[in-house]
Amino acid sequence: MKNLLRNYGMILVLIGLCFLFSLLTLKKQTPESDSAVEQLVEQIHKNYGRDDLILTVGAFNKDSAPFASLLQEELQKEEFNNVRSIIGIPQDLRLALDEIKVSGNRPAVIATNGDVIKWRVIELIPDEYPEFADCEILTPTSTLWPDFLKRSNLLAIVDRIVVIAVMAIGMTMVIITGGIDLSVGSLIAVSAVISTSLMKTMGGLEAPDWVVLVGFIAGILSCGIIGGLGGFLVARFKVPPFITTLGIMLMGRGLAFMITGGFSIYQVPRALPWLGQGTSAGIPNTVILLFILYMIAHIFMSHTRMGRYIYAVGGNAEAARLSGVSVGFIIVFVYVISSLTAGLGGCIQASQLNTGTPNMGQMYELYVIAAVVVGGTSLSGGTGKILGTLIGVFVISVIQNGMNLMGIESYTQQVVLGMVILSAVLLDKARSSGKWYSLLKRGKPLTSQ
Amino acid sequence: MIDNTTNPQNNNLTCLLEMRGIDKSFPGVHALKDISLTLQRGEVLALVGENGAGKSTLIKILGGAHLPDGGDIFIEGKPVQIRSPHDAQHVGISIIYQEFNLIPDLTIRENIFLGKEKTTFGFVNTSEEHRQSRLLFEKIGVDIDPDARCGDLTVSLQQIVEIAKALSLHAALIVMDEPSAALTIQEVKHLFAIIEDLKKQNMGIIYISHRLEEVFEIADRVMVLRDGEHVVTSEIKDINRNRLIEMMVGRPLESEFPKRISKVGVEHFRVKDLSHSQVVRNVHFHVSAGEVLGFAGLIGAGRTETMRMIFGADKPDSGHIFIEGREVRIRNPKDAIRHRICLLTEDRKGQGLILNHSCRENFSLPNLDQFSRGLFLDQGKERKTFSQYIKNLKIKIQSQEQMIVSLSGGNQQKVVLAKWLAKNADMIIFDEPTRGIDVGAKYEIYLLINQLAEEGKAIILISSELPEILGMSDRIIVMHEGEIKGEITDVASATQEDILYLAIS
Repeated sequence: MKNLLRNYGMILVLIGLCFLFSLLTLKKQTPESDSAVEQLVEQIHKNYGRDDLILTVGAFNKDSAPFASLLQEELQKEEFNNVRSIIGIPQDLRLALDEIKVSGNRPAVIATNGDVIKWRVIELIPDEYPEFADCEILTPTSTLWPDFLKRSNLLAIVDRIVVIAVMAIGMTMVIITGGIDLSVGSLIAVSAVISTSLMKTMGGLEAPDWVVLVGFIAGILSCGIIGGLGGFLVARFKVPPFITTLGIMLMGRGLAFMITGGFSIYQVPRALPWLGQGTSAGIPNTVILLFILYMIAHIFMSHTRMGRYIYAVGGNAEAARLSGVSVGFIIVFVYVISSLTAGLGGCIQASQLNTGTPNMGQMYELYVIAAVVVGGTSLSGGTGKILGTLIGVFVISVIQNGMNLMGIESYTQQVVLGMVILSAVLLDKARSSGKWYSLLKRGKPLTSQ
Repeated sequence: MIDNTTNPQNNNLTCLLEMRGIDKSFPGVHALKDISLTLQRGEVLALVGENGAGKSTLIKILGGAHLPDGGDIFIEGKPVQIRSPHDAQHVGISIIYQEFNLIPDLTIRENIFLGKEKTTFGFVNTSEEHRQSRLLFEKIGVDIDPDARCGDLTVSLQQIVEIAKALSLHAALIVMDEPSAALTIQEVKHLFAIIEDLKKQNMGIIYISHRLEEVFEIADRVMVLRDGEHVVTSEIKDINRNRLIEMMVGRPLESEFPKRISKVGVEHFRVKDLSHSQVVRNVHFHVSAGEVLGFAGLIGAGRTETMRMIFGADKPDSGHIFIEGREVRIRNPKDAIRHRICLLTEDRKGQGLILNHSCRENFSLPNLDQFSRGLFLDQGKERKTFSQYIKNLKIKIQSQEQMIVSLSGGNQQKVVLAKWLAKNADMIIFDEPTRGIDVGAKYEIYLLINQLAEEGKAIILISSELPEILGMSDRIIVMHEGEIKGEITDVASATQEDILYLAIS
């Protein structure tokens, strides 16, 4: 446990953030549509006959609208003959009730949820429609639960960050060798436009599913080749990684615009969104992909020779070389991996947006680097953990998501995010040197471990 | 006679420095226990002890890098509080650490006046600084150009710059931490002349060294620490070398260099016509199985460069290498390791170790092929093998996961040794294996070298300490300015003068 905290201290920050946003977004929740519908159908089935008049009411353009129509469908499937769905504004409900009154009918139950229950017309039923006094108003039971911890929100957090998380794997390796890779943001665009333009030329909208795979592989491999060239410059000619990848970043962006002539590519096969938007067994494919990639990367870095060599090169390249490590090969390798993950990120992005656009992924490199650093990897190389990076990724995405839920403006969000990144790293430094107070002490530089 | 009870009460007024009852603990270590010392003006006090004895801690307290838990410090009889390096400077204490604090890209002048630049109207007055630097160097008796870049200077000149810097602060007390570690014999002589001169200017000097011959040459008094405790403080004339070593290690010492029955076998390795510009010229030699071949010479004689080329770390202009009679090509260290050659570099921290990694990771770096099963590492086997070596080499660590930077020099060197021993090489090159290592650990490393030779390994030993070369080698090669100047085969009857004669001529 102590070990876990020493290696992954940032997990405390993450838990703290989740707790904070859970508290701040706590409110009464009605269950999400499927289970709520199920609940109401069951109740109605128990208490009412097949011929009773049942109204399902939904507010126009709100969650309750699809709820109401879904409920109507389900009830009709259960062979209730007299189900009416009313979707609109309060006035629509009033009109419907008047009409029912005139026709001498009497609703047995009004089923609804969410906003509708607050309508004044619902409250006034006993006064204005005395003959409907024994009509039951049925809503799904609501619970107190934070918006933040809703299943759909948690999945959205992963969904929003998946591209950055994938790239952070490669970036962690690069930074552990003491390097940096600024090109990943541009490579997203390169990969996205190469893969989608290939899909376009291979048949576009009408292309068979395997074309998507071919496109992805082409996009990812092209990025890998670019990364290999960059790594070669760093390893062989000792060009500083910052400069090398800055150059690639500019070239990559330009290349992406050149390939498409500046336009987005929409003529893509129907199977494209599967990766970024599809689900398998109820779990989004991106989440599954992320989980698998991080497991592989973690095992690679901590349980294989190559992983150990990557740490060694970052810790002391000369000592590693004199111990028989092929330092140049390792350096090329990490830049290739970083570019491959950027390429994969581009494919995911294209799949999520169902298009390839040359201005995708702008500034992503900075978010990726921030995530890696927040995750505890030192920019001076030699130390860092893949799972730490995953935590760092989530810290950033949870902050963004929490602020979105609270309705904070996006400009303010950037300021807050920047401050949180700085303080997270500062806290981590203090924790790893074991001296919180040394943060405040005069003249004593913090020693990082 | 040995004065076992320091008596700080005497001469309180004339004492330049008095430390009384200094106590310091770190988590898990009681680093200093009730240490007292005195230093007079115009005196050199040598501070000796094994690594981990507490010398560095004591010095860091004096320099304001650590705060003591208890005890008092007096300068000229007045109590002082030293809370920061700035306080130490203020009361006239200057410390020259082993790792210099010079900025390589600045000139000598800029380094000396860093943080206290001479200015007129807010602009740096270069000519005034220049003049004052000249004065300082005159005082020391050296002629250097103050506008030279510090990074271009030799280690010994950098040291002189540090001394000048100390003088510019009007220091009354200079502490030198292992000043001779990287100096050649003549440079040490020069340093001693400067120290004598500083003595005459009534300054107090605390001199820390592992080289006992230097202590006997320069010190007036010697103070021995062991495990954070004060063992003895004595006039240098009242103590001899063997007694001093016994005091340091805490047990009687049979001999400084362990005996070995040498069984020189067949030739194992031979190099011919090894050259690299002017640094190494036409070097050829051979070494046999079971033989310890010593390499003597001054710093810069080309010994390290020769070994690096043999190991594939640098590219030679020409040269042929033969192992067991067959020519082999070594283009990089990986090739060398494959041909079962190991190199323990002289720069342990810079080239031998990954300081912020654990002992285990350092140990297994070249040995991961042994600890792999298929694609994956077998960390159980890795730990088990390492613990075997920890036991055999008596490496003192708390856990295998401890950062190697936190170990003493001797234990770090043992981890480096362990990592190469696990490789089971046929030829092992030791480049200054005992530099910066205390007496006890040195002896253990000598024992190991002997054991390896007895197992039939070919050993090359580079050392700048002549007694070590003479005490350990079967045969000695002397280099000077990149060339082999001579070979001493009858080591038993050779003297230090014989080697020096070849090394300088």
